[in-house]
Amino acid sequence: MIYRLSDNIISTLGFNSKDNYSQIKNGNSGLKLYENRFNLPEPFFASLIDEEEINDRFSSLPKTTNEKYTKLEKLSILSCSDAINLSNINPSSNDVIFVFSTTKGNVELLEENKEFEKERVYLWKSAQVIKNYFHNPNQPIVVTNACISGVAAQLTAFNLLNNHNFKYAIVVGAEVLSKFIISGFQSFKALSMQMCKPFDRDRDGLNLGEGASSIVYKLADNDEVLPKERIEFISGTVRNDANHISGPSRTGEGLFNAISETIKGYDTSKLSFINAHATSTPYNDSMESFAIERGGINNIPVNSLKPYLGHTLGAAGILETIISFHSLIDNTIIKTLNHQNYGVEKSIIVNVSNKESKKPAFIKLISGFGGSNAAIMFEKSGYDKY
Amino acid sequence: MINIEIKSWCRITNTKVLLNGEELEIPLRENTSWLTNIYKSQKIDYPKYFKMDTLSKAGFLASEIIMRSLNIDPLEPKPKWSIISMNSSSSLETDKNYQQTIQDTNNYFPSPSVFVYTLANIVTGEIAIRNKIMGETLFFVHKDFSPHHLYQYSIDALSNDSIENLLCGWVEDGDNNIDVLMFALKKNTKVNNFNIENIKTIY
Repeated sequence: MIYRLSDNIISTLGFNSKDNYSQIKNGNSGLKLYENRFNLPEPFFASLIDEEEINDRFSSLPKTTNEKYTKLEKLSILSCSDAINLSNINPSSNDVIFVFSTTKGNVELLEENKEFEKERVYLWKSAQVIKNYFHNPNQPIVVTNACISGVAAQLTAFNLLNNHNFKYAIVVGAEVLSKFIISGFQSFKALSMQMCKPFDRDRDGLNLGEGASSIVYKLADNDEVLPKERIEFISGTVRNDANHISGPSRTGEGLFNAISETIKGYDTSKLSFINAHATSTPYNDSMESFAIERGGINNIPVNSLKPYLGHTLGAAGILETIISFHSLIDNTIIKTLNHQNYGVEKSIIVNVSNKESKKPAFIKLISGFGGSNAAIMFEKSGYDKY
Repeated sequence: MINIEIKSWCRITNTKVLLNGEELEIPLRENTSWLTNIYKSQKIDYPKYFKMDTLSKAGFLASEIIMRSLNIDPLEPKPKWSIISMNSSSSLETDKNYQQTIQDTNNYFPSPSVFVYTLANIVTGEIAIRNKIMGETLFFVHKDFSPHHLYQYSIDALSNDSIENLLCGWVEDGDNNIDVLMFALKKNTKVNNFNIENIKTIY
């Protein structure tokens, strides 16, 4: 059995999970309009983390070397540091493995790189820099699987714990935005110029966001006295649509298969909510309504966190899992900000106000380029209050 | 421990294509890239190939050679197959090409058909689409070819009760060096020949 020891989120809304959760619970969004940023010809609506604040906080960390770090690495190290401190584990131990999730890593170094060695643009190098900061002896694992990376990284971590002799996994996801990423999404006409509208009739695209997020997981020992309050991993699955490299299957084939496999044998009446991917592109949200209905879980409230922090790409699967942990402990289903007029093909329940629910479990859905989809499910026990 | 059998394997480098250890004869045509020479010599007919970036082409060709050697119909849906790929440079070659299209504000022409290949896992998507593979598709990055991790990920993928077959391998296109080793694996077989030593020997 695998359970969560601690977590951290860094975003525009705060530098730890609790601050992020409380801002989101209060309905605050970190998204805004940026003009003339990154030398881009068009403005964009996104959530960017203030670099000065990152540098301030980074300079107060205990330093072990004089090495320089990129924004992505600073965010990742800050995020891991907080999660590790909260968990009380020793990250330099042999039985700890780092699993790093990102789509583009330090890709902005391709535009201009005066400070760092050439190999710094490789994803394995970023992962090494991060785990070296914590003196971890093991080769880090890098998962890069488009938008589902954060959930795929957690599932990979669980395999490493269950099958390969590790006891603790630190799963960290991070993404920083740059001209590279934003111009690409703009070329796809995938970005909305206003706050995104999940499952809405008038949804016209997604917003991008920066973030870092980490979770420390532990494999329970056979004779371990488990903590009374805990969140356990139940199951999770990745499935491909085998349909198109940049668009989902209309009827949600892969996501439906991922949901079915994940809930197989589980009493879904225990599910408090479904945290959807819900990027607010026309295709994605409609596809999710198909998958949720076909999976037979369309009686469970669905929310989307994208209007709060945008799509944080490689961090998203971890970040949204963490917000869902905190909302589960808080007996609250977070509302889907900015959803006004129902507008997806199939019938699902979009949660539009913060609602009390004492049910113990949630399922998180995620989909991305390359036809990949994933579902992951967790259950809490023992918590009285947040 | 489950038994895992190597049903077929393919190795592609800048100069050679091996199928289960046998070198395939690749006649070289003029003005044709090495990978497209492979495509033509194998008489593959899949026009989407020409839209792919080099990384996807390399992975696609290895998968195509393997699946043909096993006489597997690409049109048959394969819910019990998964795909795992890994490499060192992710999609860096395409990233550099895409960067060229946005570097200069006066010559700015970002294109979605290039940008989509700035995700390394697209190669797994291309193979999944071609073969209707509907299981897991995952992409990992390691500094160097790592038989140990390739083995580990394969065990994990095949430990899933719903999955019986796996295409897994190293698919690298770094500084125009093609370096591919792909396996088709099947679990619960009498033969049990997929192990770290064998991966090392074949590579």
